[in-house]
Amino acid sequence: MTLVRHELRQGTTAFAVWAGSIAGLLAICIFLFPEMKSQMEAVNSVFASMGSFTAAFGMDRLNFGTLIGFYGVECGNVLGLGGALYASLCAVNILSKEENDRTAEFLLSHPVSRARIVTEKLAAVLIQLTMMNLLLYGVSLASIAAIGEEIPWKELNLMHLAYFLMQMELAGLCFGLSAFMRKGSAGAGLGIAAMMYFLNLAANISEKAEFLKYITPFGYTESADIVSSGCLDGKLIFIGMLYAAAAVAAGYWQYCTKDIH
Amino acid sequence: MEAILTENLTKCYGKARGITNLNLTVEEGEFFGFIGPNGAGKSTTIRTLLGLIHPSGGEARVLGLDIRRDRKQILEQVGYLPSEAVFYSGMRVRDVLKLSAALRGLDCAGEGEALCRRLQLDPARRVDELSFGNRKKVGIVCALQHKPRLLILDEPTSGLDPLMQREFYDILRERNRAGTTVFLSSHVLSEIQRNCSRAAVIREGGIIACGSVETLAQTSARRVTVHGRICLDGLKGIRDKNESDGTVSFLYSGEIGHLLSCLAAGTVTDVSISEPDLEEIFMHYYEEGSERHDAGQA
Repeated sequence: MTLVRHELRQGTTAFAVWAGSIAGLLAICIFLFPEMKSQMEAVNSVFASMGSFTAAFGMDRLNFGTLIGFYGVECGNVLGLGGALYASLCAVNILSKEENDRTAEFLLSHPVSRARIVTEKLAAVLIQLTMMNLLLYGVSLASIAAIGEEIPWKELNLMHLAYFLMQMELAGLCFGLSAFMRKGSAGAGLGIAAMMYFLNLAANISEKAEFLKYITPFGYTESADIVSSGCLDGKLIFIGMLYAAAAVAAGYWQYCTKDIH
Repeated sequence: MEAILTENLTKCYGKARGITNLNLTVEEGEFFGFIGPNGAGKSTTIRTLLGLIHPSGGEARVLGLDIRRDRKQILEQVGYLPSEAVFYSGMRVRDVLKLSAALRGLDCAGEGEALCRRLQLDPARRVDELSFGNRKKVGIVCALQHKPRLLILDEPTSGLDPLMQREFYDILRERNRAGTTVFLSSHVLSEIQRNCSRAAVIREGGIIACGSVETLAQTSARRVTVHGRICLDGLKGIRDKNESDGTVSFLYSGEIGHLLSCLAAGTVTDVSISEPDLEEIFMHYYEEGSERHDAGQA
């Protein structure tokens, strides 16, 4: 637990900045809704007639005039992209930073097994992500209540759960990568998050690119799918968790056998 | 028991040499010096012993424990000071020391404070603000506060001012008297000569000489300084010759008889023949180390 506590303390500033920014944006988005709602007719027809751009963001299937439709598109992008970037960044640095900042020698000259280091660092990442998601969930509920709308519990819960799982998957992938990297890990983490996001946009636009849903974790966070089906896509989530588990396992193996510089 | 024992320990970095067939024995309770220039393999040896890097071949035991299998048990009994001590930014000295103790599952607050006082280190300072020397002190306290059986110190005094160096060696000697084995690497010979009982010289990844500091310093070579006019042609075994107006100084390892007849043949106003200091011998090991090593083995 020593290392978990240490990591949480080290990550406080980053957590505060990211959580604050995402929560702020999320609240602003929600507070925009009453205004949007009054102009619903015009807005809806505009957003629904932007061709593939409309499809990319699922706006062809969501009704912008309802809170959940608005939330799925606007807030979904804030939550999805913001959460994904934070999850990737947090996980991709956690092992590699020790070698990059040259603190690895300090850490590894203590009688702590490498497997324990990996485990505690992974736990620290998961704790930070969980706290972030609980906070965002709370901010979201509070903001919706504040604008006087009824809270769409089921859809909201499913969406937030999907985003949480997506962040877990990205964190798992980046965590595994972190064991292999020494320098430039932050760029790699942000790159992966951004790439996954755009893969999903591509999958939304073209039917030929549908298979990309099996690669990107954004595939199961699609608000339009969640709202219309009323459930999450278990198959996509299962595959995603397998990817994450494989990456974490590779990270364990690599970190326990590699030379530390 | 041996505190450190390596048998043909080898570490290659791809094609680059790290250490090759390194054989080293350090008995428990010794104050042992490990001498070599930059890039000779000192840190590679130490990092292999601590399990930071994995050996490519050979065997090594620390305090009787295998470096591949028993890494954790070894580290429990070892205090290590890296040559460049770096800590987590944003932390205070006190927190670093506490973290180090917590990672060992110990509470070393009392000993840590005492060491900070002796080294004049303020535990309330942030590690990012510390000078190189003060960061080194943090490393020293981390290495010593849990009272390890074996101390492995990589270039411990670089960055410390002379007064601190003296205090540091006083602490090491106290620990050594109490039974702690001290293994320190350095390229500053005078400190090895002053403090260590035994030493090994490493060059290009292998040990080229090992023994008591006195034995290492003993050599047939003599430093000869002559004022006057002499002809040194034909005299074999001269090295490191310096000439300046009327004075010639050189290291001589040939027959003393030949030297004397050569001196007698010239016009000599003054002469001194002395044992070279360790610094000179060190250079001698470096220049001819591999040849000597081969000769020693034959």
